[in-house]
Amino acid sequence: MNLARANHSGNGLALACRGLVKRYSDVVAVNGLDLEIRAGECFGLLGPNGAGKTTTIEILEGLNVADAGSVEVLGQCWGAGHDRALRQRLGIQLQETKLTDKLSVLETVTLFRSFYDHGPTPEEVIRRVQLEEKSNAWVVKLSGGQRQRLSVACAMVNDPEVLFLDEPTTGLDPQSRRQLWELIEGYKRLGRTVLLTTHYMDEAQRLCDRVAIMDHGQIIALGTPRELIASLGADHVVEFRVEGEIEPGAVEKLPGVTQARIEGAGVALIVREPHVAIPALLAELERRHLPLAALTTHHATLEDVFVSLTGRTLRDA
Amino acid sequence: MPDHAPAPSGFTGKRLSDRALWQLSRARMVGFLREPEAVFWTFAFPLLMALALGIAFRNQGPQRSRVGVEIGPGADSVSVALSRSKDIEVVRVPADETDAALRRGKIAVLVRAGQSPPRVVYDPSRPETRLAFLVTVDALERAAGRTDRVGVVSDTRARPGSRYIDFLIPGLIGLNLLGTGMWGVGFPIAGARQQKLLKRMIATPMRRRDYLWSLVLARAVWLLLEVATVLGFGVIAFGTYVRGSWLAFALVVVIGAFAFSALGLLVVSRARTIEAVSGLMNFVMMPMWLLSGSFFSSERFPAVMQPLVQALPLTLVNNGLRAIMNESAGLAGVAPQLIALGAWGVVCFALALRLFRWE
Repeated sequence: MNLARANHSGNGLALACRGLVKRYSDVVAVNGLDLEIRAGECFGLLGPNGAGKTTTIEILEGLNVADAGSVEVLGQCWGAGHDRALRQRLGIQLQETKLTDKLSVLETVTLFRSFYDHGPTPEEVIRRVQLEEKSNAWVVKLSGGQRQRLSVACAMVNDPEVLFLDEPTTGLDPQSRRQLWELIEGYKRLGRTVLLTTHYMDEAQRLCDRVAIMDHGQIIALGTPRELIASLGADHVVEFRVEGEIEPGAVEKLPGVTQARIEGAGVALIVREPHVAIPALLAELERRHLPLAALTTHHATLEDVFVSLTGRTLRDA
Repeated sequence: MPDHAPAPSGFTGKRLSDRALWQLSRARMVGFLREPEAVFWTFAFPLLMALALGIAFRNQGPQRSRVGVEIGPGADSVSVALSRSKDIEVVRVPADETDAALRRGKIAVLVRAGQSPPRVVYDPSRPETRLAFLVTVDALERAAGRTDRVGVVSDTRARPGSRYIDFLIPGLIGLNLLGTGMWGVGFPIAGARQQKLLKRMIATPMRRRDYLWSLVLARAVWLLLEVATVLGFGVIAFGTYVRGSWLAFALVVVIGAFAFSALGLLVVSRARTIEAVSGLMNFVMMPMWLLSGSFFSSERFPAVMQPLVQALPLTLVNNGLRAIMNESAGLAGVAPQLIALGAWGVVCFALALRLFRWE
């Protein structure tokens, strides 16, 4: 399915940047970043707030200028005199854009549609984001989820080859998030390229073909969600808490355990075989006379990858 | 090719590039219409102001002096003599109330007929009491048989164009052009910038000049309606009129509005918040409110200030409109104002484009 659009730059890349650096007075927002995003893939930039995701995506969108490094979008550079032609092929949704309150959904989409040479009718775009019933409602009357879908609709009015979404579901209720995910998945099925930033690992895990985990302006891990989780060496996590003190070192060498670390008030183990590791853990605690206060297990997620790489959780980071 | 990609349907192609400007202008106009406060300030406010000031400073018919006659012997014959004059309204006052009547201005002069010759009591320091004294004496002398030797003929027809309302209407049009010109451009830009909408717009292939033009075009439509409203109101309610060239009138309005819009654009070119814009706008507009002669003639300011006062764009608009409306000026008569306003517009617009912050 990727073949359909694989020819925009010859090398099969929709977006590429090398050695990207961006400083704001005393902060380095992006610190020597390399990235290659293939045509037709859905790529996620995952990281905590302040990791440099928005700065990176805005540099790729041509809305921000890097202090150093090169950017190629569909094989072209920004500022080379083809910016308007390039923008005809991109769809951009920004974080925190407030659309005009007293324009209707249809008027807003029609306005954005008028900037592009090609694309579906405004009515068709509104149908795709399932806002037909709100077509004549003013923006100010929409719910948060509806507004966000309208914002994405405005980014899709030209059937873009590359769709940029900056934290599309932040602050939305679970149902609105799921609706947006379905919208993005539908778009992926058309074989188009999507670059999205998020700090929700479940979102990245569900939507993205590949994920780059960002922290402090750098990429600290890159791969498919499956590869990243596999890099933990095991795909289960056992978290437990005891009444008393215990060092991660005390349980690190147990059979089936590949990693142990302190998490919150307890200890988290990365575990290859829970059915081996858990009886061994219980026996070890018994031997040390430490009563168990809590024990949970789950499949490893990108969150666990982030924690194992940085020692922090995405929310705390 | 992706067979599942929806075929581009509906409108495509060149027609759209024209439509972006149309859509932007339309969105701007519709957005304005849906803000009742903005519509009020643009249309109703200048009308209410014209109405209030027009009534307060209306030219009343010739006023009659109120002349008091002390009730007593001889009062009747004096009253008859006085009431023959069309300039006098006779008020008969009991003897014990005469002082109070004078003090409160109920009567301008008091005639005591009990004595011979009659005695006229008045305060010579006020124009209206002196006038009342003169008409009283005139009426009494005529009644006693005095005849006019010269026999002047008076011409008291009102001269249109010389009343206060004739001065005021062009000033209100100028003030309206200033206010809506600057706010009409400044507020939408400041709002869009604060809401990141401006940044969102430049993430599309929209031409930046289309965006700025749409503000000017949307303004131009309201401009016609605003000026027509104030002007029409003046014509209907007060009989004001454009005596000079309509072409010159239209040019002063359009070039004046362009100058104010450009000034507004310059003021908001870098401001980040609505609050900052409000402060800057008032800072720029206040001197023109005070100095540019919208409500009273700017000639009242001392000579040393005149070069500054006369160079302000609102002074140029006000003087131009007054020359056309009240003094029958043509295009040549307002050429200096048109050139100066054009210069204001071009310089401010060029500076604004250079300084403008899109993000």
